[in-house]
Amino acid sequence: MAEIKNYTLNFGPQHPAAHGVLRLVLELDGEVVERADPHIGLLHRGTEKLAEHRTFLQNVPYMDRLDYMSMMQNEHAYCMAVERLMQVEVPIRAQYIRVMFDEITRILNHLLWLGTHGLDVGAMTMFLYTFREREDLMDVYEAVCGARVHAAYYRPGGVYRDLPDSMPKYEVNKYKSAAEVKRLNANREGTMLDFIEDFTNRFPACVDDYETLLTENRIWKQRTVGIGVVDAERAKQLGFTGPMLRGSGILWDLRKTQPYEVYDRLDFEIPVGQNGDCYDRYLVRVAEMRQANRIVRQCVDWLKANPGPVITGDHKVAPPARAAMKNNMEELIHHFKLFTEGMHVPAGEAYAAVEHSKGEFGVYLVSDGGNKPYRMKLRAPGFTHLAASDEMMRGLMIADVVAIIGTMDIVFGDIDR
Amino acid sequence: MPVTPEVLLTRLQDALGDKLVDGRVALGEVTIEVRAEDWHEVALQLRDESGLRFDELIDLCGMDYSTYAETGRDEGRYAVVMHLLSVVRNHRLRVRTWCPDDDLPMVASVVDVWNCANWFEREAFDLVGIVFEGHPDLRRILTDYGFIGHPFRKDFPVYGQVEMRYDPEQKRVIYQPVSIDPREVNPRIVREENFGDVGHG
Repeated sequence: MAEIKNYTLNFGPQHPAAHGVLRLVLELDGEVVERADPHIGLLHRGTEKLAEHRTFLQNVPYMDRLDYMSMMQNEHAYCMAVERLMQVEVPIRAQYIRVMFDEITRILNHLLWLGTHGLDVGAMTMFLYTFREREDLMDVYEAVCGARVHAAYYRPGGVYRDLPDSMPKYEVNKYKSAAEVKRLNANREGTMLDFIEDFTNRFPACVDDYETLLTENRIWKQRTVGIGVVDAERAKQLGFTGPMLRGSGILWDLRKTQPYEVYDRLDFEIPVGQNGDCYDRYLVRVAEMRQANRIVRQCVDWLKANPGPVITGDHKVAPPARAAMKNNMEELIHHFKLFTEGMHVPAGEAYAAVEHSKGEFGVYLVSDGGNKPYRMKLRAPGFTHLAASDEMMRGLMIADVVAIIGTMDIVFGDIDR
Repeated sequence: MPVTPEVLLTRLQDALGDKLVDGRVALGEVTIEVRAEDWHEVALQLRDESGLRFDELIDLCGMDYSTYAETGRDEGRYAVVMHLLSVVRNHRLRVRTWCPDDDLPMVASVVDVWNCANWFEREAFDLVGIVFEGHPDLRRILTDYGFIGHPFRKDFPVYGQVEMRYDPEQKRVIYQPVSIDPREVNPRIVREENFGDVGHG
């Protein structure tokens, strides 16, 4: 029998399971991984360097393009860092809106993760189901800010505008009959909050459907149970956060342990795994979707009952109302200065972190008193998770590599920045 | 229950003694500064002392302070900043050290203290050019293979120095000096301290 020698395999950057542009250099002994060396940076756009040359407001849209699967959460961390440096109070309604959209974003992210993770390990159907629900939430994104992905909705001091009173509706055309359109528009007749409420009523049954397909599925369990095990101590050493840390059995969630915005007023639970394998992380994320749904529902109820301002009235930070600007010299000057020179942030440094869908997303912002950040460092959760891939993949088969990349929930926008 | 930043700072002062060059609480966050030669020892202490127990390294980055408020900082040009988190004790800390030599900024690696420092240090080396002594595998990480320079230094232009294109004559991808004109739409402005006061200017 011929002797089999070690060989090196280039996994990606075009492999569909590489989730973007991961180039993974695998050293193999037969089919067993001896060493995994991820080469990253293929999507490096130098966001942090660009931020040094943009005003504080111009930087907000760059945040969407980091982790482009959980857009508004990135903006949230950035806005919180600016607000901390400027010591700005955010109106309570804006805080609820932010929390609601953070959780909608979490559902969006986990749905994509569930769909693609399923696709990677052979559960093709998942993708079709999860993208059906994603479409509704994408419509919510579009209704509130005009863009399905790159929102730029959160601003330092609040959010750009209040929630709209109506949802966009389907129209009759040669593919859709009047009866069909009536059915599609049934939950779009009220306000946006009504639409979201309807979604929160439907969604738990959808999660049940996903679980019927996967949780007790023999093939799914064979592919994920006992794969990529990380114990609690190693998880901390490797800098894991979010579902990766909770999957290893550590109860740690910034929304509970270091609450920001209004999370301390909301009722939700933190799911924790036991074994630290791919299956436990799957269970944690599915349970998180249910909890996120609960939070969204509580926010909807609060927002329906409590109108109010959604952005700070400090015109050194937020622009004045359009009507006031047209009638008032001082407001006009504020508007002009804010959108040309930008806001001046006092000298100092701040680190603001949010519990992002993937873990702790942090923004370390250094200001020297100018109208642009002096230095911005983004702490991306995926970066440390991917760094652990060598340890997680060693000794496993090539097929498991795909499962591990899937379980890490990797998006290159924030790893490469 | 997490301790207040002030209590944490007192604990740090007790634990580190004269290794602590500067410690302050600002905006509810604790920042300490230590000397570069104590960097590794302090890291071990921060992780293991029972009142501190910083068991996770959240972030580590290189800093170039050369144009800070237009004049730079007296302490030096390069610094390394790390953000620590204690999952056990639920508190956070920022630690900074200034690199003594501007021509060859160098500090000890903390990969053996927190394993996840590996990629963070590679990134700081790649982007700012700080060398981490004792790092097992200090390669570039984010920039291109064969990249020259450290792009996050303040003297590196935001448009870069080379651009890449396919050359039909040589039938390969070539690098050439960048052809974009530098353009800054909104100039950087740092206002003087009493800007806008009545009677000023």
